[in-house]
Amino acid sequence: MRMEEWTALELGRKIKAREISVREAAQAGLDRIAALDGEYNSFVTVDAERALARADEVQQAIDAGTLTGPLVGVPAAVKDNICTQGLKTTCSSRILYNFVPTYSAEAVLNMEKAGAVVLGKTNMDEFAMGSTTETSAFGPTKNPWNTEHVPGGSSGGSCAAVAAREVPYALGSDTGGSIRQPASFCGVTGLKPTYGTVSRYGLIAYGSSLDQIGPIARDVSDCAAILEMIASHDRKDSTSIAREDYDFTSALTDDVRGLRVGIPSDYLGEGLDDEVRQAVLGAADVLRQKGAEVEEFDLSLVEYAIPAYYVIASAEASSNLARFDGIKYGYRAQDYDGLHNMYKKSRSEGFGEEVKRRIMLGSFVLSSGYYDAYYLKALRTKALIKQSFDRAFAKYDVILAPASPDTAPRLGESLGDPLKMYLGDIYTISVNLAGLPGISVPCCTDASGLPIGVQMIGDCFQEKKILRAAYAYEQARGPWQAPEGIASSAAQGRKTDAGAGVSEGKGGNV
Amino acid sequence: MANIISDETIEYVGILAKLELSAQEREQAKKDIGRMLDYIDKLNELDTSQVEPLSHVFPVHNVFREDVVTNQDQRDVILANAPACKDGSFKVPKTVE
Repeated sequence: MRMEEWTALELGRKIKAREISVREAAQAGLDRIAALDGEYNSFVTVDAERALARADEVQQAIDAGTLTGPLVGVPAAVKDNICTQGLKTTCSSRILYNFVPTYSAEAVLNMEKAGAVVLGKTNMDEFAMGSTTETSAFGPTKNPWNTEHVPGGSSGGSCAAVAAREVPYALGSDTGGSIRQPASFCGVTGLKPTYGTVSRYGLIAYGSSLDQIGPIARDVSDCAAILEMIASHDRKDSTSIAREDYDFTSALTDDVRGLRVGIPSDYLGEGLDDEVRQAVLGAADVLRQKGAEVEEFDLSLVEYAIPAYYVIASAEASSNLARFDGIKYGYRAQDYDGLHNMYKKSRSEGFGEEVKRRIMLGSFVLSSGYYDAYYLKALRTKALIKQSFDRAFAKYDVILAPASPDTAPRLGESLGDPLKMYLGDIYTISVNLAGLPGISVPCCTDASGLPIGVQMIGDCFQEKKILRAAYAYEQARGPWQAPEGIASSAAQGRKTDAGAGVSEGKGGNV
Repeated sequence: MANIISDETIEYVGILAKLELSAQEREQAKKDIGRMLDYIDKLNELDTSQVEPLSHVFPVHNVFREDVVTNQDQRDVILANAPACKDGSFKVPKTVE
């Protein structure tokens, strides 16, 4: 049995056909985590006991005939900024090092209704602020393709866990590229839905107007099925939207004839690695050969997206993170002098450097005297960026683009120069500003063997168009290999004792 | 660097942000914010005088629903997360002398 070779949907079919029990599937995932995660650090918390109890519950429901669906019984992981009832949720931050939510996020409830078995919570940049998963208070995650490199971020733990075949799929969140960029770096498929498609209820907010939860998996079919499972209109999230269509898997037709695809020429210029450029142009050729109409065009305003984003996201973060004050949950400073000093000390000791940097910037741009010049200016720029996408989507069904200017950097090379790190988000950030859906699909590897992903962006509510393009591309590309060395370490993994040493959350010891 | 952040400004922002920065962190924050503002000033190249600020990408306005309680009493599990609690309440340092 080579369970790690199966996608989420394949595993779901085997469970349905009773070739494998839900407990066996969960145990196999826990074994791999026990064997591999000491090296990759994809997980902050793994709860084997909870997962196996849940697996038995799902099996009983299958046996009773009360639970059916394509992903019933399939193990999964959830990014650690998405609340899971009774399972520690830290945002990879010291300030939430011991927080156990009393409720689950709506996306997690939807997963559980569809029979998911959550094995654990994945590592991330602290409060999703970062592009490398190095700002985690619980140590960086390493890229399974080469452990000297970062997995990207902020959903680096979720992407590494899927790349290392620890779980067939995971949930991530994307505020400025945090699903698509690490998916590209880790050679997995990641989708950021249209804003409002997946409820944000229970997603610990970073930039509320930009945040979306989305699927990370091995292929496009899995992503479509997972999105179908987690998307819903939720009255508990006032920005949630009742969509007309939730049948995302119906778009997987391998037919792109007549699909109009545009490549922004202003994405292909200076700053883009040549191998990534060739990969994107290669993907364009594939779609063209399959009958799509592909051409380059000028998107415009590309260089204004990052400054606008950092004003808006930091402003929202400074407001959202005001709730962490050492009173209701999480870390409280030991020594303080009165209430206000306790707030200040708990926050200063509890938040990491990058989080404090963004709270400071956000507080500044919202302060009296600067609000119009910075915050409102950024919101006006956001309107212009949205307009430029509206013009593009009048002509094209799908925008084809890089996911990141380069492949995964080495560990330790990014945090020293935050501004430079921010510039790496140039192809993903404007998608969040405009509320659009985007998917990153593995394309090829560079000369040093690191994965390159291509991004496909759609107009609002046009997930089906990007899924159609991504699926057709994937069919032509052919099977995607696991990172080298993964299979052999997995063989060792199955011999290892189940869950040893990881059943307790690793994030507790700060 | 075009944007020079004064000690007074950083002090004020620290109060707004409820963060206590060490002398070294304060100097670093002055540099970081100044550098980011230099970069953000790029937005001034755009004429946005005729553009309305866009806070929400969709024309969604107030969303109303009936105020009906759907959850149960969770006082004890909620308090279990608190760093300190007493008699069914969050415990905080003395706020009134």
